[in-house]
Amino acid sequence: MSQPATHHNKAAAAFLKNGQRAQWHDETLWFVRAKRDKAAHQIPEWEALRNLGSQIKEHTLSNLDEYLLQFEANAKKNGIKVHWANNAAEHNQIVYEILLHHNAVNVVKSKSMLTEECGLNHYLAERKISVVDTDLGEYIVQLRNEPPSHIVLPAIHLKKEDVSNTFHKHLHTEKNNQDPVYLTRAARQVLRKKFITADAAITGVNFAVAETGGIVVCTNEGNADLGVHANKVHIACMGFEKIIPRAQDLSVFLRLLARSATGQPITTYSSHFHRPKAGQEMHIVLVNNGRTEQLGREAFRNSLKCIRCAACFNTCPVYRRSGGHSYHNSVAGPIGSILAPNLDMRKNADLPFASTLCGSCTNVCPVKINIHEQLWSWRQVLMAEGYGGSAKKASMKLMTGVLSKPAVYRLSTGMARFFMRYLPFLVNNRLNPWYKQRDMPSAPKESFKDWYKKNRNHE
Amino acid sequence: MSNSRENILAAINANKPAPVELPEIPLFERKGDLVNVFIGALEFIGATSVKVTSLSEVDEYLESLQQAGTRLVNTIAELNGYNINAYKKANASELEALDTAFIKGRVGVAENGAIWVSESDMVNRLFPFICRKLVLVINAKDIVYNMHEAYRRIQVDEDGYGTFIAGPSKTADIEQSLVVGAHGPLELKVFIVS
Ligand code: SF4
Repeated sequence: MSQPATHHNKAAAAFLKNGQRAQWHDETLWFVRAKRDKAAHQIPEWEALRNLGSQIKEHTLSNLDEYLLQFEANAKKNGIKVHWANNAAEHNQIVYEILLHHNAVNVVKSKSMLTEECGLNHYLAERKISVVDTDLGEYIVQLRNEPPSHIVLPAIHLKKEDVSNTFHKHLHTEKNNQDPVYLTRAARQVLRKKFITADAAITGVNFAVAETGGIVVCTNEGNADLGVHANKVHIACMGFEKIIPRAQDLSVFLRLLARSATGQPITTYSSHFHRPKAGQEMHIVLVNNGRTEQLGREAFRNSLKCIRCAACFNTCPVYRRSGGHSYHNSVAGPIGSILAPNLDMRKNADLPFASTLCGSCTNVCPVKINIHEQLWSWRQVLMAEGYGGSAKKASMKLMTGVLSKPAVYRLSTGMARFFMRYLPFLVNNRLNPWYKQRDMPSAPKESFKDWYKKNRNHE
Repeated sequence: MSNSRENILAAINANKPAPVELPEIPLFERKGDLVNVFIGALEFIGATSVKVTSLSEVDEYLESLQQAGTRLVNTIAELNGYNINAYKKANASELEALDTAFIKGRVGVAENGAIWVSESDMVNRLFPFICRKLVLVINAKDIVYNMHEAYRRIQVDEDGYGTFIAGPSKTADIEQSLVVGAHGPLELKVFIVS
C-alpha cells in the first residue's frame, strides 16, 4: 500500500492482461446497456419518470429526519424492531446480538451491498456464525473467496469455466460441465437445503416506505423470500437513504429500477414486508456509516439518491474495461467512485480519476444524479486536499492503458456508436480533460484516421 | 447504540438541504387491449398464460394434475380440491416436496406481467416460492395498464406481506445466460378469467 492512490490503475492493467476476457467483459456489459436502452425507449414517459424519481428522492433528502421518524413509528406499530447504527461496527454488532439472542449459527443472506460495505460476513465468521450468500452470483464469488465485482451482476468478471471449476471443487459437480442450467440447478439443490436448515435470514432493502413502515426487496431468483419465509428471524439491513415517503412512489421506482439495471420490465419479485409472519421476529437496522457527512457535502449529497441499478457501471467505458475489483470498494463503477472518497479520502483518492468524464453515466441514471460532474468536483476537492497528484498521473496512464489499447477496438456499426463506445474521451464536454490538446493520451498520436485504419485490420 | 439514533437524526437535521417539494404522480394512462398486452408481457418474462371464460376450465386443469399424482396445494376456495388445511402451518422442510400451488392474483399489470399476490390469498408465505410450479388465477377485469394504477388498486400493508410476481424465478449470473428456475418456481402459469 505504498501508493494507495494508484490502485485502480494497477488493478485495471492486470485486468487487461487477459485481453480476450477483458473484451468479453466489455461487450457483455455493453449488451446489458443496450437492453436497458431498449426497455427505456418502450416507455414514452421515461424522461418524466426519471424526473419524478429524482424529485421524490430530493424531497426525501430534504425531510430525511422526519421520514425516518415516521418510518420508525410505523414499523414499530407493525411489530418490527428498529435499530440505529452510526457506523459499520455498530451495524455488525447489532446483527450479531440479534443472532446470538436466537442462538443462530447458520444464516442465509440475500443481496445486500450494505452488509458488504460493513464487512458483515467476515465479522460474523470470526464469531463462528456462518453466512451463506444465496444470490447465485454472490454464492459463486463467496465460494471463491472474492468480493462481488458488480452490484447487480456480482460474478460478471467470471466465465462459465470458472463457475464450473468452482462448483466442481465445492459442490462436486461434474468436472468440466459448463452448462449454465446444470450449474444453476446444482446450486439450487444445495441452497434449498441451506434455506431450510438455517436459523435466521438477512436481507437488504431496496425501498423503505415511511407512510406504511414496511420494506420492499427486489430479486429475480426468489432467494430473499425463500430465506425469510423459511426462517424465524428476519434481519433487514439498510442505509437510511433507502427511505421513500409513500407507497405510490414505488410505482415510479419499480418502473425505473429493473429497466435501468438489466432491461427487464420489472424484477421477478418485488416483495413488500410489513409485518413478521406468526411466530417470526423481524428487525430493521438503519445505518449511517458516513451518509450524514455526504448529506452535508453540497456537491455530493445527490449521490444519496442512488437506487443501485448499476446502469452507470454498464455504460462506463472505464468500468467495462477495468472490472469491478479494480475499484477496491464495495460499490464500484462511477457511483462507487463518488461514494468511496466520502468514506476514506486517502484510500479512495484514485477513484474519481478512474473516469473519462464523458457523461454517459449521468445520461442513463434513472434518478438523474449528475455523476460525472460530481466526479469532476471530487477531483477538485482531492487536489486541494493534497490527495490527487499521484492519482491524476495514474489516471492518465489508465486512459492510455485501458482506453487506447488498439487490439480491442473493433469496427462497430456507424461511427457515432463507435465513438460513444470506445472513445468517449474524445467527446467534447467542458469537464473532459482528454479533449484538450495537452492531456491527450499518447496512443492516438498518429492522426485518428490512420490509427483507425490500421487497427481496423486487427479484426 | 441508543445514542446513535439521536446522533444520526441530529446530523441529518444539520446537514439536510433546503426543502424540495414532493411531486404528484400522474397515472400515465394508456388505452388499448390490456389483456393482450398483459399476455405479451407474460410471454416476454417466461410465463405461460391461458385465457378462460370460467373457473371450470381451471378446475379441469387442476384435476388433471391431481390424477397425475402431483402434490399440489390449492388456496382458491372457488376451485375444487381446496386443501389448505394440510399445509397452512407447514414449514419449509415439510413443503419442500410441493409440486404445484394454485393462488389467486389480485391485480395484474399489463406493461410488465407482474401480478400482486397478497398474504391472505397465498395463505402460507412459502407457497409461491417453494413450489416447483406456480399457478396464478386472475380476473381479466383486474388487469391494469401500469404500476401507477396498480398501486392505487392495492393496499400494500393490508396484509403483513404481499408481492408482485412477474414470471418464474430466474437468474443470468453465469455468463449472462438466462436460466429459468433459480430458487423459486421453475414455471409460472397464469389463468386469465374473463
Ligand atoms: S448512480 Fe444512478 S445509474 Fe448509477 S447505480 Fe445509482 S441510480 Fe443507477
